[in-house]
Amino acid sequence: MTEADGAGAQTLDVSLGPQHPSTHGVFRMNVRMDGETVVKLQPVFGYLHRNHEKLAEGKSWLGSMPFTDRLDYICPITNNWGYALAVEKLAGIEVPDRAEYIRVIVGEMTRIQNHTAFLGFILGDMGAWGSALMYAFREREKILDLFEGLTGARMMANYMRFGGVRCDLPAGWLEKARAYIETYPAFLDEMEKFLTGNEILLSRLQGVGVMSAERAINGGLSGPVLRASGVDYDIRKVDGYGVYPRLKFRVPRGTVGDCFDRFMLRILEIRESIQILQQAFAQIPQGPILNPAVKTRGFKPPVGEAYGRIEGPKGELGFHLVSDGGEKPYRYHIRPPSLINLTLLEEMCVGTKIADVMVILGSIDIVLGEVDR
Amino acid sequence: MNFIDLLKRIPEICKTPETLPLEGKKLILDFVTWLGSLVGIAVPPWVLTLVNILVVIVAIIAVFLIMFALMSVWERKILARAQNRYGPNRVGPWGLFQPVADGIKMLTKEDIVPRNADKVVHFIAPIVMLVPALILPVLLPYGRGMVAIDLSVGILFFFAVGAGSEVAIFLAGWSSRNKYSILGAMRAIAQMISYELPLVMSAVIVALVAGTLSPTGIVEAQGGYQFGFFPNWFVFTPWGFVACVLFYFSALAESNRSPFDLPEGESELVAGHLTEYSGFKYALFFMAEYVGMFAINGLLVTLFLGGYQAPLPFLTFIPSWCWFFIKLAFLAFSLVWVRATMPRFRIDQMMQFAWKFMLPMSFAALFSAAAWHYAGRGLLGWGISAVLVAIPYFALGYFCFTRHHSADNRRYLFSE
Amino acid sequence: MSYDYLLLTIFLAIALIFPLVPLGLAWLWARTLSPAKPGHDKQATYECGLESEKPVQIQFQAHYYLYALVFLVFDVETVFLLPFAAMGFVNIPVVGFLSIMLFLLLLVESLVWAWAKGILEWK
Repeated sequence: MTEADGAGAQTLDVSLGPQHPSTHGVFRMNVRMDGETVVKLQPVFGYLHRNHEKLAEGKSWLGSMPFTDRLDYICPITNNWGYALAVEKLAGIEVPDRAEYIRVIVGEMTRIQNHTAFLGFILGDMGAWGSALMYAFREREKILDLFEGLTGARMMANYMRFGGVRCDLPAGWLEKARAYIETYPAFLDEMEKFLTGNEILLSRLQGVGVMSAERAINGGLSGPVLRASGVDYDIRKVDGYGVYPRLKFRVPRGTVGDCFDRFMLRILEIRESIQILQQAFAQIPQGPILNPAVKTRGFKPPVGEAYGRIEGPKGELGFHLVSDGGEKPYRYHIRPPSLINLTLLEEMCVGTKIADVMVILGSIDIVLGEVDR
Repeated sequence: MNFIDLLKRIPEICKTPETLPLEGKKLILDFVTWLGSLVGIAVPPWVLTLVNILVVIVAIIAVFLIMFALMSVWERKILARAQNRYGPNRVGPWGLFQPVADGIKMLTKEDIVPRNADKVVHFIAPIVMLVPALILPVLLPYGRGMVAIDLSVGILFFFAVGAGSEVAIFLAGWSSRNKYSILGAMRAIAQMISYELPLVMSAVIVALVAGTLSPTGIVEAQGGYQFGFFPNWFVFTPWGFVACVLFYFSALAESNRSPFDLPEGESELVAGHLTEYSGFKYALFFMAEYVGMFAINGLLVTLFLGGYQAPLPFLTFIPSWCWFFIKLAFLAFSLVWVRATMPRFRIDQMMQFAWKFMLPMSFAALFSAAAWHYAGRGLLGWGISAVLVAIPYFALGYFCFTRHHSADNRRYLFSE
Repeated sequence: MSYDYLLLTIFLAIALIFPLVPLGLAWLWARTLSPAKPGHDKQATYECGLESEKPVQIQFQAHYYLYALVFLVFDVETVFLLPFAAMGFVNIPVVGFLSIMLFLLLLVESLVWAWAKGILEWK
């Protein structure tokens, strides 16, 4: 029902999505609007539900690996990593050094390409007709080309294995990757100059969708969205998984917690990722890429449960696995960062204009493949 | 008079490109007279008047439709280049026949009208949108002596007719009975009435200085050169520059171009008031938008950029009507450029910009123009007038827009 | 003068007919070659793939109306400036010029008043 307020004006219930240009997939928001102002917002998801978690219980442990690519399809390799890490924790598998370095290299490259695409997407949400998006995608394509050279697939990489990675770096790949990463900062500087120098962009982002550190922690947010609110929490530092403790990098955090901080955090994180990559390129040792003790067929981890998590580009990506000692997981659950980050969407959006809702949603950076699983 | 004489006149006409359109029109009239003599009757003067009128109308519609067609492909080309793409390049050389393909597609597309829509109003809206847009160009002076009708109230008539498009957008939005359409229509009305004021005000300033409301008179007032080389265009005076910029922004907003494309706001409102339109009705909206855009920028050229006047004295060998279209093409390019560069405003920012910046600045420009005139229209006037627009500009900037947006006032902490 | 308005009238008539021609052609095409196949979903009002149920043509926020009122005031006052504009600065006597300035100051004052009252804030 439409409700009348004191002045006799009626509110309008509009459904934004599932078939909407800027909901980043098949996401839906039921918005109640008073004029242009949002008074109520209800996120509705599940349109892309594929029953991934239940299906995994019917597959072998390794059989789920290609399906994790489809969770957050913008950055499949970190999904692989999260799953592999959880299983390794469950079965107590050691990973060879070279494999850990390869994981860091591809993982940080995934972070760079995800954040690059984000810069384009949020400009699209602001109505910039894809100008920034096309340049962002040009750079992202180059990283995807490198992924293709390494894994054979641009997006659906299926690259990690329990105890290592699927294949070693091809000859010359490292040089190509290093050469490309060297050119990247120039692009980022240019992008940052154009974007943060734009008055309309600043006025659209600053002061919009402010989230306090306390609410962000209580809401369970993670990743750049959490750090934009000023919370110093990066699982690469907290857990120190992989070889991250050996690499020097800084964790940026914002002070205001609005859309602009979330936007800037991505740029700052890309810069840190480049630092990590340069160190990893220099330090990567020779050696095996896969723990020979791990069986590919008939892999059976011992009875038990484990929660493995990584700092994905979008936040804390966790896999909770329970094993009954069989060839298939007994229980398989994912903590997708996009879904948890969405929980505070209404809080950020109420009271803003309808145009801000799109920007706030864009600044959270969700992928529906991961939200709905 | 015989047909051969008429044919012989064609190369003669072509020798003087300055008067080519006018002589061409005379030739057509003479051709009608010759046709009359062929069947042995003297063509009555009212027929000649009628033919004259029809020639003018057909010429204007044809020119603007060709410009619309070219613009629709050029815009996509320029936008594509700005976005690191190729743009249309499949249909004909450089994709030049793309508009033809688009037209055929629009004609053959099924026209879907929603069951809940108010069908009559839904049908009328695109026509109401197109009619004023088509009439507007009739008032513009395209070259020396080349104006279809030299109305003494030209400017007033222009704005009076131009306001019709607001009604049409609201009709479209309201009759669709679609939530996005209605929000888009509401936005369109709010936006267009807000930007109507600076638009009219800046035109009024020019009229006050030129002492006439006739577009031709305004262009003539900008003729001649200061110091023998510097054009007397109004855009080169401080008040004229401010008014020109205000007019340009308002023209952007009135024709719903990015960054003022809130009524269509693709990322928020799907397609705004156009959501429920398909087939040729959609094409009519599109056409009206572009023709209206050309008309309002043609008015900008007339008011501030010296209309058909050449920018430098030695460039007068290029015919005056060419200058008009060169300037118009330049403005059209700048519109696409802006569209490729800018994100969209939010509605409250847009309204604030209109009422708290554009409107006060248009008053300031008016006072400044008065000062310029009474100080003798010379360098002294130039200086006083510059001060008079600079003060409100900086005052508004510093005291009223207190929320300074800047990337520098942010602090980011790093933890090792 | 009569020529001008005759031209305008004819132009108006042509401009009215002009959009009807392609619409008629499209209608003919649809009638002869590709008959419309209406359907429940096809003719539905677009709302991102869902049924649009609640009333749409509602009472909107009163704030839009306030803007319209302010607009009306200023637009009418701008129209009052047009007779002066038709004369131009050159032909306006000093008294006339002073009266315009007074009038403009009133306009500015009303703008300041509206600003101070907060009417220009978009809510």
